[in-house]
Amino acid sequence: MKYYMMLCLLVLSLNLQAQDVLKGKVVDEKNQPLSSVTVMFADASFGVETDEEGKFEIPYVKESVLSVSYVGFITREIKVVSADDLLIQLKTEDTLDELVIAARRKNTQRSLTSNTNTMTMNSGELLKAACCNLAESFETNPSIDVNFSDAVSGSKQIKMLGLTSPYILIAEENIPTVRGASQAYGLSFIPGTWVESIQITKGAGSVVNGYESISGQINTELIKPANDIPFYLNLYGSTDARFEINAHFNEKISDKWSSSLFVHGNSRVKKNDMNHDGFLDNPLGSQINVMNRWQYINMEKGWVAFLTARYMKDEKQTGETAFDKRRDKLSTVLWGSEINTDKFDANAKIGYVFPDQPYKSFGWQNSFSYHKQNSYFGLNQFDITQRSIYSNFIYSSIISNTMHTFSTGANFVYDNYSEDVVNFGSVNYDRTDNSVGAFFEYTYDNADNFALVLGLRADQSNRLGLFATPRLHMRYNPWDKAVLRASAGRGKRIANIFAENQYLFASSRKFNIMDEGGKAYGMNPEIAWNYGISFSQGFLLFGRNTEIAFDFYRTDFQNQIVVDIDQSARSVNFYNLEGASFANSFQFDVTYNLAKHLNIRSAYKYYDIQTDYKSGTLERPLQAKHRFFTNIEFETHQTERGGSWKFDATWNWLGKQRLPYTGDNLAENQLPSYTNPFSTINAQITKVFSERLEVYVGGENIGNYQQNRVILGADDPFGSNFDSTIVYAPIFGQMYYAGLRFKIK
Amino acid sequence: MKNLVMIVLVALFSLTATAQEKKNKNAKHDIEVKGNCDMCKKRIEKAAFGVKGVKSAEWHSDDQTLHLILNEEKTSALEVQKAVAQVGHDTRDVKAPQKTYDELHGCCQYDR
Repeated sequence: MKYYMMLCLLVLSLNLQAQDVLKGKVVDEKNQPLSSVTVMFADASFGVETDEEGKFEIPYVKESVLSVSYVGFITREIKVVSADDLLIQLKTEDTLDELVIAARRKNTQRSLTSNTNTMTMNSGELLKAACCNLAESFETNPSIDVNFSDAVSGSKQIKMLGLTSPYILIAEENIPTVRGASQAYGLSFIPGTWVESIQITKGAGSVVNGYESISGQINTELIKPANDIPFYLNLYGSTDARFEINAHFNEKISDKWSSSLFVHGNSRVKKNDMNHDGFLDNPLGSQINVMNRWQYINMEKGWVAFLTARYMKDEKQTGETAFDKRRDKLSTVLWGSEINTDKFDANAKIGYVFPDQPYKSFGWQNSFSYHKQNSYFGLNQFDITQRSIYSNFIYSSIISNTMHTFSTGANFVYDNYSEDVVNFGSVNYDRTDNSVGAFFEYTYDNADNFALVLGLRADQSNRLGLFATPRLHMRYNPWDKAVLRASAGRGKRIANIFAENQYLFASSRKFNIMDEGGKAYGMNPEIAWNYGISFSQGFLLFGRNTEIAFDFYRTDFQNQIVVDIDQSARSVNFYNLEGASFANSFQFDVTYNLAKHLNIRSAYKYYDIQTDYKSGTLERPLQAKHRFFTNIEFETHQTERGGSWKFDATWNWLGKQRLPYTGDNLAENQLPSYTNPFSTINAQITKVFSERLEVYVGGENIGNYQQNRVILGADDPFGSNFDSTIVYAPIFGQMYYAGLRFKIK
Repeated sequence: MKNLVMIVLVALFSLTATAQEKKNKNAKHDIEVKGNCDMCKKRIEKAAFGVKGVKSAEWHSDDQTLHLILNEEKTSALEVQKAVAQVGHDTRDVKAPQKTYDELHGCCQYDR
């Protein structure tokens, strides 16, 4: 408390030199000093808090009114008539149950009590993103970097701690979903309007969800049928000719059963070539996505269950503007590409909480998924089908009392892949992976300021063998509104090298795999340790809520499947790591409530990611070392009908990024070693007319920064210099969009 | 339906508990405990957890109630009340010593 008082006083002494300081003390009915009491000018957004002796200092403004408030006590307003010291007595509220907590829930929250460094983005935050699927919803969040969509798939890739999405465990309601064959585009198969909230956890994750997570976890909670509204409609259209429709229907069948039907459709119908290189800037395409969910709740007996079935069909086409897929497919007349995906999945989950022992529960999750992608990129072809079964049983209880809790259980994963690759010859990689594992996670929480989570799992996998996965988390609240966290853990996974790097097919590169007799494409599994610490502190600055946070994470690879595009522009080489590979990330962010309904969040991020390639130690290509991020949101006061205006803007600055080696191309197809720094601005305005209807307009990349050269060798797409995969900035220039949301409650 | 379940439960219970009066290992008790703020909450819960046999202890200021789940083979609600009163908070059956009450932080000095 002292330091910010100092800061306040410092600012005071600068601004208000001539003015006197009013001193005072706040006590309760027994004349005991009250600390952390807020003392504010009633008509201004300026205030201070009392110290441990109940004392405060505030500039003396004659005739001003001070508002003195503290939870559990009746707020008093005191008129200042002289500069004499004040003694203010607060009375406890007799009717505590009438206390109304009016603080607005923030759109993105960092918890003070969670044991992991987790940010929760709720639906308010998700609405700030222009469009439309999960991959795009992270643009207003500093913990996740959203890459620029590549020209072939048009989908955006995400990174956490500077590592790409294969190293993040992406789960939907705690069932790992975006994995294996769906790794590259899976996030774009989850429409944003279906999502209720997203939890982003940096660093090692819980052992409950598996062994694969390395840099972090993203969990998505979908809208629950029991809490859903009867009807929701969202329409969207943009100047890059993308149209989306989302319709939700919900029916409460009884007090125990409810059901939701979600329908999503999107399409891009117009060919865009803003940079006149003869290639489409973003793909033509369409998607149909339908989900039906049933929820059963029996509060008295403690049962809850979900049944979900979903089907999705997604088609994309790109390449040269004149490319006709019926005429030119797999010919060398015109270069073109198609990615067609069919996906079906079903899951059943059941949970039980013992009614007389609420700390004791079990849950059983079962899911089946089928994912089929057929695609070609010029003459390269990539077909993959994955059939998966996942089952996880979790039992949670206590050891002697709720300060010691544990979760234990077992899970089973089965993945059957059919994979065919045509790239300078045709190879088949059909395979089956299965694993069984058991886990135990113990949590100690002293119900005050310290918690420790120790997790261990053991898995037996047909390709990874028998191995252990330890994870550790710790939380400590050293003082008020402060939290210090640390985590460490090991992750292990099989890299699905083609699925994860399939964007590289849109080039003339030859895929070389250095087969060393390992079990995954002849190579070994990836193993990494992740360690991290984070600290955040909330305080009042000029009487306004402020939070500062910083974190540092290091990921150390024991083995990695190195994706090397630096030996030659003719090839991409995959091989086991020899030497070191690490990713250090540092983030500092400040959230400040500048005025009523006006919030600003700013972050600086530093990444140092290096790998020992065959040609020497290099920074990871297409990764900015320095990034700045600022998001401002403002909302007008709600009218009686629930109407308001919402404004939101995000500014992103990216430092220079290393470009991959292009020295063996023709001189005109060579790139410099580094890109120039640049920044982008996105903004959105929403007019909420009532609880039923809102309309929004917005712009992306308003500064119109464009990568000046997207495709190398565009004049000869079947020649050796052709490469459309080096994307480090927006391809499409400014883009504007508009949409509406209609709800029946 | 509920009645049927109850009958079955009672029947089962009477079978297992014929010879001796079996004590409930997960007995629920809601006890009035006085206090004001978060500081009180931590103190009350800490005192309750200090009693062996207490499995869960949650105190809420809004209903002034300590929600307990405890193993009656090891302890009783009265034992917990004694422990809570010992740290300064009046409970339904046990009053806190005046001296301990007086030493509480100002915000915790509930109306007596």
